[in-house]
This record gives sequence, structure tokens and C-alpha cells, in this order.
Amino acid sequence: MAESTKEIKCVVWDLDNTLWDGTLVEHDDVKLKPGVVDVIETLDSRGILHSISSKNNYDDAMEKIKQLGLEEYFLYPEIHWNAKSSSLGRIRENINIAMDTILFIDDQPFEREEVESEHPDITTIDAAEYKKLPDLLRLNPRFITRDSKKRRKMYLDDIKRKVEEEDYEGPQEEFLASLNMHFVIHDAKEEDLKRAEELTVRTNQLNATGLTYDYDELDAFRLSEKHKLLVCELTDKYGSYGKIGLALIEISEEYRHLKLMLMSCRVMARGVGTVLLSHIMQETKKAGKKLLADFKHTNRNRQMYVGYKFANFKEKSCDEKGNILFESDLSMIQPFPPYIDIKIF
Amino acid sequence: MELKDKIRKFIENNLVVFEDEAEFEDSDNIFEMGFVNSLFAMKLVNYIESEMGIQVANDDLEISNFNSVDRIAEFINTKGGGAPSQ
Repeated sequence: MAESTKEIKCVVWDLDNTLWDGTLVEHDDVKLKPGVVDVIETLDSRGILHSISSKNNYDDAMEKIKQLGLEEYFLYPEIHWNAKSSSLGRIRENINIAMDTILFIDDQPFEREEVESEHPDITTIDAAEYKKLPDLLRLNPRFITRDSKKRRKMYLDDIKRKVEEEDYEGPQEEFLASLNMHFVIHDAKEEDLKRAEELTVRTNQLNATGLTYDYDELDAFRLSEKHKLLVCELTDKYGSYGKIGLALIEISEEYRHLKLMLMSCRVMARGVGTVLLSHIMQETKKAGKKLLADFKHTNRNRQMYVGYKFANFKEKSCDEKGNILFESDLSMIQPFPPYIDIKIF
Repeated sequence: MELKDKIRKFIENNLVVFEDEAEFEDSDNIFEMGFVNSLFAMKLVNYIESEMGIQVANDDLEISNFNSVDRIAEFINTKGGGAPSQ
């Protein structure tokens, strides 16, 4: 088992002799493992997603899952006869999370090893251990927020959006406009702090520094006159994506200094990445100050670096630990995309 | 295909507006014209790296290297890339 301590975001289940006892293709009258639905529901209420990787006939297996009333729990099920490592790869890509946040549960050592050999960062577990899942540390997120409880619903909404986007003929901007997106930026309130901490822990790709902040630190920034803590929420015609962006700004005589900026990767494809940054740039310009921004390369946040550079930020300094300080003269600020309604409170 | 044609085709495939509304010269600044969105920058860098066989260094990541067909072609030529991909 990989030695990661990262919180698990998704549990991927085998079906035969893992989720249920028996083998579907052998026409067994399969029976759910005792208490397995409780395990799934418990994890779901903590904001942990579920998927399936099973070697079975897709239609037969999905029919069974529906009969059991479980189809709403499983995102992007992979049910076919191909290697499970490829299934896990697709699930990872579809949900857009890192392999070291996925737990794969299967009764067959061969399948677990095949998956591990292709994805060394994944965690696997023997199906016999399923009752222990809710007690595992990595399946107990530090905070359970309103956003985490709604997470599965938000992903299901995303699936609907993707289907519609794939069927859409015409330019991307027209599709984005048809989503009727609203982007709200406001000062963090106390009830936002748990989610803000969760964002610093969960966000990897669009995260400028990779630093995490805990609730008390964020609360202190929220109350400090020398800081501004901003939160963003995105909604569209399907519903809310939840609180998806966070920025921490330090205010001094001469500068506004972006200490932290991140955006959930779930909204990456919506072209909203520069909205928060443009807003902060506009406000800084209005205040007649200069804008600094901290950046540190992690192995996954290059997109954020590209984002700053294409927003015309220049590297002002870089220390031996790779901490980069960006500066913008605010001469070029990208306008808000026309297909999003932006509200600032 | 000529390098500039390839670049133009990549940009056209990633436009956020209708292709027939998006007339641009090789020298036009595609970012200022609003033809592309925030996602495009990363896609473009990935495209140049994978299709042209160039590693784009941090110092090269200046918008001035990438804001028109001409500038992108010039950048690729300077870096010695652009060999026809297999």
C-alpha cells in the first residue's frame, strides 16, 4: 500500500465478491455485502466520491446496481473487460483528481497488483476490509462542509454539463454563454472558513503556492485590517459549483500582496480562471498601489505559473527555495469574459 | 504543412468565437482581440511542447512570445523546433 497520507477523495469499488457476494456472469443471485450500503452512505456524507471498476457486462451490472438503488452513488463507472489500470486512469481523468487521492477496493490480489503496477501512487485495499473504511484516517476529512456534502451532486451536475457540451455544435463561447454563469466574489465570512481551509488542502493544479492554512489562521486574516480574504462562488443553470476560489491579500502602504490564490480544478474548463485575478488587479489599480504575488512551483501547478505570466506578471525575485515573487505594473488587465455575469460584494 | 499554417489551425480549433467571425492576420494579437480565453494559454504551451518538441522554459513564458501567429512561429524557430511531426 502506498504510504501517502493525503485525504482520499474517491473510493473505486470492484463488484463481484467486493460490493456483493457472488459472480454476476455466473448467474449467481448476488447479495450485497452486509453493511456495505452504510459504508457507502457514510463516506458519501463526508464528501467522498464513489466509482466502480469491474470486469462484467456493462448492461447487466448497471441493471443490478439500479435494482439495488445505488446508481446515484457511482460516478463514471468503468464496467467492461479491459485492464483495471486503464479504468482507474479514466476515472482519475474524468473526476480530475490525483491518483494518490484514490482508494481501490477489490477482492482479487491480481487486480490490485495490476492497478498498483501502473499507478504506484494509488492506495488499494482487500475487499475483506470494507467495514473498516469509515474508520481509516484518510477517509476522515478534517472538515465536512456544506460543499463536501453536496460534492456528489455537483459532480453529477458536471456530468450533465459535459454531455451537453459534447453535443453542442458551435463555438465554445456560445456554449459557455448558454450556461448562464454567475461568478460572485465576496469577503470571506466566518461560515466560509471551513470550506476555505478545505480548498487550501484539496486544490493542487490551480494553486499558486501549495501552502495550506488552517481555520484559525484564516480567521485571523479575515479579521485583520492588513488583510483581505476573498471567496468566490460559481453558479450556472444546473446549480452551484460551490465556493470554488480563494485569495488572501496582504495590504501595505505601497503594495497589495497576493499571498495565496487558488481555484478549484472543477471549474477549469469554464474559462473563469482569470476572473478573480483580474478583479484583484482592477481593485489594486484603483487604490493606486502595486500588485505583488507569491508563487511556488509544486509538481502540479504549472498552469498557475502560465496564468500569472500571461497576465503580464514579471518575476521580481526568486529565492534559493524556489519562492517566486511576481510583480505586475497593472498596465495590462485581462477583461472579464463576456459570457459570465460577475458580482462583487 | 507550413509552420504558420499549423499554428493558425491550432488557434482556430481553440477559438471561443465562431470561426467566420474570427478573421485575424498572422500579425494580429489574438489575446487582445478576445478570441481566446484563460484556458488557451496552457493549451498553447502544451501544444508547442508536445507537437514541436520544445521545452518552454519559465523565462520564455512571456505573452509577447505567444500573442500572434508570427510571434509563435518566431519563437518556435528560435528554439529550433517545428520539425514536421510524425
